[in-house]
Amino acid sequence: MNRTRLYETGGDKIFNIINHSILIISLLLVLYPIIFVLSASVSSPHAVMTGKVWLFPVDFSLDGYKAVFEEKDIWVGYGNSIYYTVFGTIISVIVTVMAAYPLSRKDFVGRNVIMFAFTFTMLFNGGMIPTFLVVRQLGLINTRWALLLPGAMAVWNVIITRTFFQNNIPDELLEASRIDGCKNISFILKIVLPLSGPVIAVISLFYAVNQWNEFFSALIYLQDSKLYPLQIILRRILIQNHDQGMIDSMEDQEMREFLNELLKYALIVVASIPVLVIYPFAQKYFVKGIMVGALKG
Amino acid sequence: MNRTESILKKQKTNEKKQLIQRITVNWELYLLIAIPVIYIIIFKYLPMYGTQIAFRKYSVTKGIFGSPWVGLEHFGNFIRSYNFSGLFLNTLILSLYQLIAGFPVPIILALSLNYCKNKIFKKTVQMATYAPYFISVVVISGLILQILALRTGIVNNILDFLGFGRVDFIGKPELFSSIYVWSGIWQNAGWGSIIYLAALAGVDPELHEAAIVDGANKFQRVRFIDIPCILPTTIILLILNFGRILHVGFQKVLLLQNSLNKSSSEIIQTYVYKIGLASAVPNYSYASAVGLFTAVISLIMILIVNKIAKHVSETSLW
Repeated sequence: MNRTRLYETGGDKIFNIINHSILIISLLLVLYPIIFVLSASVSSPHAVMTGKVWLFPVDFSLDGYKAVFEEKDIWVGYGNSIYYTVFGTIISVIVTVMAAYPLSRKDFVGRNVIMFAFTFTMLFNGGMIPTFLVVRQLGLINTRWALLLPGAMAVWNVIITRTFFQNNIPDELLEASRIDGCKNISFILKIVLPLSGPVIAVISLFYAVNQWNEFFSALIYLQDSKLYPLQIILRRILIQNHDQGMIDSMEDQEMREFLNELLKYALIVVASIPVLVIYPFAQKYFVKGIMVGALKG
Repeated sequence: MNRTESILKKQKTNEKKQLIQRITVNWELYLLIAIPVIYIIIFKYLPMYGTQIAFRKYSVTKGIFGSPWVGLEHFGNFIRSYNFSGLFLNTLILSLYQLIAGFPVPIILALSLNYCKNKIFKKTVQMATYAPYFISVVVISGLILQILALRTGIVNNILDFLGFGRVDFIGKPELFSSIYVWSGIWQNAGWGSIIYLAALAGVDPELHEAAIVDGANKFQRVRFIDIPCILPTTIILLILNFGRILHVGFQKVLLLQNSLNKSSSEIIQTYVYKIGLASAVPNYSYASAVGLFTAVISLIMILIVNKIAKHVSETSLW
């Protein structure tokens, strides 16, 4: 430590000050809105609306959360989102591994052609309308499948998984198990998958977060409100309500409106909880995933 | 002569046999990849094939492949339409603003993190700045509306308290692009820095040691060691970003759009969505033509920028 200090010049000292300022400012800028929303969500409606809350909670109350719990649509949406996330992730991970393993094998004839066909879809795609027409043609509109199938496989995740297989499953292992009379399928089930915990964790998390946050495909493919995922309900409450709030400015509605606004803060917190709870544990996996992709991509 | 020919022939048939054998030995692998391949064909290539409705006059009764051809009529109609220049300009302004303001931020953040000696502080900054990336676009948009709300938002409360008066941020067309871009930077800059951190981790420490011995300060080390080392990564990402220049994150635009800011928030994709899917009488052909128009421009952009990058810096996508 002291040795490096010795080499620091005047210029370095200025550099260090600027550097730490950048980091501290970034940290505060990112954290402030998050802390504000958390604080607002547990303050009293009146304190939030009159601008008394700016950092810490004022007049602690759980009215906002109470209002969220009373809203039935939110819980239907929450349940649907859990359903889509769990099943969507399972389907996605299986399909991705099915694509990635053969593509990782050097003795797999045709892998370059298939790989090209896959990666080309990252550069060019049919677009919103033709995709919609295909999904409609398949009869998936207004079914749960519409949220599970069209986005089931992300080519990016196939690349990450393939790279992991190439780097972590040595060819000798395949040779040895072949001599022992092991077939491809049992090699995958007994050797490859048990060795691939980290990459499966990475892609599961990527798929799960995407599925939880997905809103646009639900918007265009679903009409039945019983099938709506949480994000659609959120849009209705957080966003479409917005314009109304500006028109209704009558005094007697004030309290109701206050509670409505408070509900939004609580709802933002409730909707983000699953992701925010997993995030600290999952962060290093996400970073690993992007690193693998970066090296190859 | 005949001998060599027959030997060559034999070799060829042998090669063929070997190829067939290599395929049959791994038949299970083909079985495995069949499902992903079918998936890609149905959900990626079928829509690509379906883009031909952009060149047809779609009628419900005749379906995609039975509707009559109209050539480039829809494209011509779009380019000549009164809202073309507005849509194109709005799209371009949003994406160029995003590129110019947003591209350097992750680089600066990564360089700063790279020189941070305090491990715990570094980890804290990373943890915090990566987090917003995982918040859904609906929640982010809701958050923006809450914070900037005219009568109740925290920003306006502070402005009011300081005596500046309230500003209807989300209702002002001229502020829309800034709200869109800076909220995007807030959400994505931290996550975007990961890739540069990875590149910086690959810088040979001996370069820095040699520079220190030569008396270089940290500014000079950033300028003459770190930046040249991350340049290839930067160029690749820049090429990819140019490819997406007409692909503004349109979901957030759609969510933040209202009747007041529409003059600057209506972009090509929101327009495609409205005329193609949200309208009571959807015009699939016209909407597809508009969508295809942007996809083709994007593809051309990526090819041109890639070529230029290859020429200037010898770094390219392929």
